Amino acid sequence: MELAARSYEFWLVRYRRVWRGSVATSVVNPVFYLAALGIGLGTLVNHSASRPGHVSYVDFVAPGLLAAAAMQTAAGEASFPILAAIKWTRQYQAMLATPLGIRDIFLGHQLFIVTRVLISSAIYLAVIAAFGTIHSPLGVLALPACVLLGAAFGTAIAAYTTGVAHEGNEFNALFRFGIVPMFLFSGTFFPVSRLPVPLDWIALATPLWHGVALCRDLTLGRGTLLADLGHAGYLTVWTLVGGALAYRFYRRRLVK
Amino acid sequence: MAGSPLVHARGLVKEFGRLVAVDGIDFDVQRGEAFGFLGPNGAGKTSTMRIVGCISPPTAGTLRVLDLDPVADGARIRAKLGVVPQQDTLDSELTVRENILIYGRYFGLARADLREKAAQLLDFVQLSERADDPVEPLSGGMKRRLTIARSLVNDPQVLLLDEPTTGLDPQARHLVWDRLFRLKQQGASLILTTHYMDEAEQLCDRLVVMDNGKIVAEGSPLELIRRYSTREVVELRFADRPPEPAELRVDGLVDRIESLPDRILIYTEDGDHVATALHERGLETSSVLVRRSTLEDVFLHLTGRSLVD
Ligand SMILES: Nc1ncnc2c1ncn2[C@@H]1O[C@H](COP(=O)(O)OP(=O)(O)OP(=O)(O)O)[C@@H](O)[C@H]1O
Ligand SMILES: [Mg+2]
Repeated sequence: MELAARSYEFWLVRYRRVWRGSVATSVVNPVFYLAALGIGLGTLVNHSASRPGHVSYVDFVAPGLLAAAAMQTAAGEASFPILAAIKWTRQYQAMLATPLGIRDIFLGHQLFIVTRVLISSAIYLAVIAAFGTIHSPLGVLALPACVLLGAAFGTAIAAYTTGVAHEGNEFNALFRFGIVPMFLFSGTFFPVSRLPVPLDWIALATPLWHGVALCRDLTLGRGTLLADLGHAGYLTVWTLVGGALAYRFYRRRLVK
Repeated sequence: MAGSPLVHARGLVKEFGRLVAVDGIDFDVQRGEAFGFLGPNGAGKTSTMRIVGCISPPTAGTLRVLDLDPVADGARIRAKLGVVPQQDTLDSELTVRENILIYGRYFGLARADLREKAAQLLDFVQLSERADDPVEPLSGGMKRRLTIARSLVNDPQVLLLDEPTTGLDPQARHLVWDRLFRLKQQGASLILTTHYMDEAEQLCDRLVVMDNGKIVAEGSPLELIRRYSTREVVELRFADRPPEPAELRVDGLVDRIESLPDRILIYTEDGDHVATALHERGLETSSVLVRRSTLEDVFLHLTGRSLVD
């Protein structure tokens, strides 16, 4: 772990150069989304007979957006930056000439991805709190939930990047057929029960849906412990399986 | 441990699928020596350096580096090496200084010590003025110097330099050579690859000539030249069609003749004599050059090809 901390430090040093812009984005994004969806769209939805979750739309959508943003941050950090470190800036190569090994390089980078998710989710959570959408003290636990969701995506997408990506255009498919549909259909904006069979089943299997459900239970203060442990467990499995795969692919890719 | 070699390799093999990049090579590098791998593109120099640097595992063979086993003790060995890879791995968004600092952190060095160390190293490679500039706009020679400075951050026992001056202009090359020479004088051990014979002659105490994954000769630059070439070479260029090599034999004085696409090389102990004799015979040339033999000639003799194509 001490060695992983050294590669983690590299990513922090790098982040130091851009953190202002990154934090500004993390504040502006949720404000825009909540204004448009919660206040704009919400005023329409709230008049409808079938309000999702039987709460005001802004309360419904805020935790969904929170979780989806965590996914997007993790996806962004685990795609191009990893490929760049392998083949464009070749930072992994630089590290491999030092006492650091593949495991340290992999863990250090994952740690950083999770850190980025932690920072942006904390800001996101503060913004949705300011919009009055948190109705339970359990809401603070949405932060570790986001971190767990970030770890699930960080490792799984790292596996995709190290296993599949060579030129970078492979990420178009990942975002077009993976991230964007998940963002739209995994319970962020409306309950997956509105989807036709079998799409609703697919939605229920996505890690994002479990992240959304968990965050929503926590901010609304209404879930059952069992269900929430189930969501957390599912995300943990994704993290472990994704991590094991990614580690294997890191090895295959970097040990030549 | 005095006497045991820094690097001891026997039957080293590296395969990439069906391609054999390193084909069973043996060599030893001694402490305090500058040891070179000279060879053309694709000879297997980088593959060998990466194995020695414990970055790439060998497919077969025995290897000891600093009396340790690279497979079991890779990280411990790498902690004592300084690596200048063929392709720079600097981070172009960080500053010159930050690149050294973070690299030092990979070795677990304390931040406070690193500040001072970075300043010293940048001074050594004459980059102090650029310390707080980003790396991106630096010239190729500056980046190379920075990579060398960075490789010294952990006070390595051995420096591995893969083509330290390829792509640099003559002035930049001389500056790099000068720094490497100083390191050598301070007792550093250097292992370097190059396809420049002058670089090998300038820097290496001993070298191996590599071709097609194999070592085809070994010795000091002077030994190799003595063993595989003559003292002097007469280079002839022709405006029209060159004559048959047999016509250029100056009895008893010519050791060997090589015909290259653009010139003919006559190997002899007495170049001036041969040049004069040919001139007296009325040979029509566009240029005649008498020079000393170099490692280029050694390579040509050993492989039938020139080093830089
Ligand atoms: N990672 C790799 N995968 C497949 N083949 C490789 C790999 N690395 C090197 N090779 C092949 O191994 C052979 C030797 O390459 P190597 O880079 O060791 O040569 P070199 O002597 O350093 O050449 P150069 O002077 O061009 O740097 C080449 O045919 C090269 O294509
Ligand atoms: Mg090479």
